[in-house]
Amino acid sequence: MSVPSGPPAIDVRGLRRAYDVKPTRVVALDGVDLEVPPGEFFGLLGPNGAGKTTLIKILTTLLLPSEGTARIFGFDVVEDVKRIRRIMNMVAGGEQSGYGILTVREQLWMFSQFYGLTRADGWRRVDELIEAVGMGPERLQRVSTLSTGQRQKMNFARGLLNDPWILFLDEPTLGLDVAAARSVRELVTAWKAAVPGRTVLLTTHYMAEADDLCERIAIVDHGRILAIGSPTELKKRVQRESIFRVELDHLDGGPATLAALPGVVSAAPAADEGGPADRQSVTLNLILEEDGALGGVVVALSRLGSHILALRKSEPSLEDVFVELVGRGFADEDGPAPAAFAPAPLVDDAHVDVA
Amino acid sequence: MSVYEFRHTESPQAAADWTRRQIVMTDLRAVGGRAYPRINGMLREPSWVFFEILLPFLATSAFVFVYRALQAPPQYVGFVVLGGAMTAFWLSVVWMMASQLYWEKSQGNLELYFAAPMGFMAILFGMAVGGIVMTSMRAAVVLVVATVVYGVTFEIDQWFLLLLVFGLTLAALYGLGMILASLYLVWGREAFQMNQLLIEPVYFVSGLNFPVMNLGLVGALAIATIPLAVGLDAMRQLAFVGSPFPVGTPSVEVEIVILIAMSIGFVLAARVMLAALERRARRDGRLSIRWQ
Repeated sequence: MSVPSGPPAIDVRGLRRAYDVKPTRVVALDGVDLEVPPGEFFGLLGPNGAGKTTLIKILTTLLLPSEGTARIFGFDVVEDVKRIRRIMNMVAGGEQSGYGILTVREQLWMFSQFYGLTRADGWRRVDELIEAVGMGPERLQRVSTLSTGQRQKMNFARGLLNDPWILFLDEPTLGLDVAAARSVRELVTAWKAAVPGRTVLLTTHYMAEADDLCERIAIVDHGRILAIGSPTELKKRVQRESIFRVELDHLDGGPATLAALPGVVSAAPAADEGGPADRQSVTLNLILEEDGALGGVVVALSRLGSHILALRKSEPSLEDVFVELVGRGFADEDGPAPAAFAPAPLVDDAHVDVA
Repeated sequence: MSVYEFRHTESPQAAADWTRRQIVMTDLRAVGGRAYPRINGMLREPSWVFFEILLPFLATSAFVFVYRALQAPPQYVGFVVLGGAMTAFWLSVVWMMASQLYWEKSQGNLELYFAAPMGFMAILFGMAVGGIVMTSMRAAVVLVVATVVYGVTFEIDQWFLLLLVFGLTLAALYGLGMILASLYLVWGREAFQMNQLLIEPVYFVSGLNFPVMNLGLVGALAIATIPLAVGLDAMRQLAFVGSPFPVGTPSVEVEIVILIAMSIGFVLAARVMLAALERRARRDGRLSIRWQ
């Protein structure tokens, strides 16, 4: 099966949304343009208050835009509300929906009726999904007695009841432990892979989750999209040089020998080498103009009689991308980070001296 | 087909294009779906026996003893018992219809209801059907217990007409509940104060414990506007046929017409208001902002 041709799964043009929050007017979305093709797993990455949830509310027809247009598979979010609601579903993290007095099975069946499944189909579908999300033992348990992770699995089953073409996930793993979060991610991936053209819009502020799941990511802050691209493309934006960590048995002449080589920007001892104190090896951080310069370094080391014990390329993380774009980390959502909490370096080895 | 593909559709456009029959059937199923937790919930919370039967029974008993002490005609005890049973419906309309959407919003259900493809009126009908089934059982228990304990004698000639009036009263009451629910969609915490305002004054002007005709012009106004008042008045006329004194006014036939007009008018008004208020709530962001 191939991805159905047709309009984009999400097509947003000049979208703006402001709230009248006395005494000021808060702009939650400020001229967002976004196009997501059918079949893509797309992520919105940004801190709280960035505008992610507002965008999802507009796309799920729960909120009207102040300006601009938004379309789901060609259907306008203002005019074609019912059509959009027939082909989408949504799951939010920390969702407490439903009625605690019902069992898991009953709760899901109730929601199945809102999507037009027949009575019998509803029960059958519910039983299938309960098994799929691994809630067989809890199927007759009251909703009010479920743990956070169990509840979120149930919410996810609810989101799949109507076989949506587009699934909106708003912080779906919020508050879940590692195992439950992994389980939810696996479910999403399996569901999307089952039918070409199924589209997922995920909002999260968990960098690793976005990196792991999304084909493309938009970084959002203060109602604006700051950058869009695949995780690899986004990381490349902040990695202008190649950074390697190399461990040698010895190095005659010290790091300066390597720093003088063509294509080498800097060579410096790693600040924290770890390992036993009596170790004789030397660990260096090498910053190269490009990956190709590594060949010259290897040849030079060979001439110097040094043996490479370990070599690892350091990759920037999405958090580095965010810090570069926004000027602050996720933990510092209210403004630029003070000096004592300066943004992390652009590579995942925190001790690398990039200066 | 796998568990991850239940209803195969060729494209999102094909999946979004529903037939008229699909739309109607989805709305009907949604009514049943929303009624389900109310009907089943009733059977799972035995505490309602205490709160919703014993307490209304005690409140009714107070008036019974007052009337007996005043040596009022025995029909007055019957009026109180009938009024006590109907109290359950008004409480249901106020707490389980009018302010229900506020609770639903607080729980996060409201946005899921609106994000689903059925018409929202189906949710209101489902709430009403569930509320009627649940409350009818409670009202029936109050009626039977109070009738037996206080030895009330009903004189009914036209059972069908009585049941018709009862049904129309519920239709008008829950239609009014739908209107209030629509209003509560854009109200916030004020809903609590509104509920308090709607209970005691309505009890009084509806003549819950006495014939509403005793209130003169206020009673006439209540009959023209409040389903509980007109329904009770008609039911008393039909349930105490041999009463030596006038039980109600105007005639049952006129009150049936009023109830029919209220039932249709309230439901239509609720539909129009819901559409308008939903749009306003989407504009203001009130469908999903909780605790406001």
